[in-house]
Amino acid sequence: MSLTLEQVQRIAHLARIEVSADEAQVTQGHLNGIFQLIEAMQAVDTRGVEPMAHAQDVSQRLRPDEVSETDRRAAFQAVAPETEAGLYLVPKVIE
Amino acid sequence: MIEKSLKELAQALAGKRISSLELTDLYLERIARLNPDINAFITVDPEKSRAAARAADARLAAGQGGPLTGIPVAQKDIFCAEGWLTTCGSKMLGNFVSPYDATVIRKLEQEAGLVSLGKTNMDEFAMGSSNETSYFGPVKNPWDRSRVPGGSSGGSAAAVAARLAPVATGTDTGGSIRQPAALCNLTGLKPTYGVVSRYGMIAFASSLDQGGPMARSAEDCALLLNAMAGFDAQDSTSLDRPAEDYAADLEKPLDGLRLGLPKEFFGEGCDPAVMAAVRAAIAEYEKLGAKTVEVSLPNSHLSVPAYYVIAPAEASSNLSRFDGVRYGYRAPDYGSLDDMYCKTRAQGFGAEVKRRILIGAYVLSHGYYDAYYLQAQRIRRLIADDFAAAFKHCDVILGPTSPSPAFKLGERAADPVQMYLSDIYTIAVNLAGLPGMSIPCGFAAGLPVGLQLIGDYFAEGRLLNVAHRYQQATEWHRRAPEGLA
Repeated sequence: MSLTLEQVQRIAHLARIEVSADEAQVTQGHLNGIFQLIEAMQAVDTRGVEPMAHAQDVSQRLRPDEVSETDRRAAFQAVAPETEAGLYLVPKVIE
Repeated sequence: MIEKSLKELAQALAGKRISSLELTDLYLERIARLNPDINAFITVDPEKSRAAARAADARLAAGQGGPLTGIPVAQKDIFCAEGWLTTCGSKMLGNFVSPYDATVIRKLEQEAGLVSLGKTNMDEFAMGSSNETSYFGPVKNPWDRSRVPGGSSGGSAAAVAARLAPVATGTDTGGSIRQPAALCNLTGLKPTYGVVSRYGMIAFASSLDQGGPMARSAEDCALLLNAMAGFDAQDSTSLDRPAEDYAADLEKPLDGLRLGLPKEFFGEGCDPAVMAAVRAAIAEYEKLGAKTVEVSLPNSHLSVPAYYVIAPAEASSNLSRFDGVRYGYRAPDYGSLDDMYCKTRAQGFGAEVKRRILIGAYVLSHGYYDAYYLQAQRIRRLIADDFAAAFKHCDVILGPTSPSPAFKLGERAADPVQMYLSDIYTIAVNLAGLPGMSIPCGFAAGLPVGLQLIGDYFAEGRLLNVAHRYQQATEWHRRAPEGLA
């Protein structure tokens, strides 16, 4: 398979990464090279094989529903690009 | 002092022949002098390191030290360390001073009393095999400064190889501890998935990522792993097992050890000089009492393709958190919220990281999920089953770590696929979640060659034993690069 320029732009938007027309062309070449490598998988008959999502066959651990963390909002917001009154600021989304 | 083992350093500290502050200053002086050329560290903060050294000296004086208290360590910049710039090799986190400690950092600094010398350079978000994808410039291999140190833990490898630190932390998602260890003449261990906590270790591919030690010997790796490993309730995939002394079995004789040689690792595609060094190591093991047995990993050729579906898929999800809202980089000019995301991520991520996010977004997207992601997970199962079958006939699997010694800077940077093939022998181990090591086993045209040892689940102690006995019989791991006095 190979990706079209349009598909490259579509997945770039899905991933929220702006890609210029020039970049899209270079990226298309690289991605298609990588997909060619990945293609080797397609020839393998894996019917009946259970997909392996994880290295260890364990189930998710649960913990008691108790407060375990202290309030560190100030420390965490100190590294944010823009905050005001304890809130993260982003461009207006609702007019 | 810079050639001493961790045990010897601990004895010198305990015997008051040197203080932690003196030892720390010795390394800080070397870093100040040699790092501008090698570029192994992204951040050093001498005052912070010296304060930690003074605290370690006080702890030792009070008789409250542990086996590694006061010993300096270099930390891969993937581990969040409170008050330290923690960049993960990316412009995206170029201004991120972590407000908290990773569990590995907390255990090493606060529990064991090691002294962090700084944060080491790495491929951006650990995506790379040469350290050339770092936003902070490539690292040079101390053995030949026109060559790469390997990646992604290339800064940690170069730091220990150049004697800018006695030991370092690394992480390994597809070979990122073992391959740079091989290329820099070091001993590196990737533990069984779940042995070392991932809390505060910036995530690349969560089902594969695992932290581990990088050092000049197996004994040093065992001691550092003792301080790094252990159950952590803050990592949902941490394994709750009894604590283990990884140094306990180092001296065990190797009589009767069954070494499995996968025929797929001894075929074409490996540099003949690398293969010659690996064969010589096998002969040495036979002298030490080991027997060899041919085994097969018939699906190993599928490990690179399966990995380049699974790892990017997980990465595309993990890296969605970098949106310019809560931390890290935000584009200076933007319109809407969507535009802010798109520009922030376009400017904050480098080319290799973007490629992997795009692959991941594609293979997870509607209509392609079954053909790519599920198929890769099924192949992952076949690969894990191959190892299980092989371990019925042998105790440890052995082969080359990397198909070639260190390559030239720039040589493979333009072709992602060529770069991916550097990890052809290491990736299957991550997919299966097994422990793996690389140890020095010779030289090819003056460049170090690594021998890979793969163990069954939780066989770290056995691997370290097998590595240690070899290192007692050989001198390869003691060799140091020239011109770095």
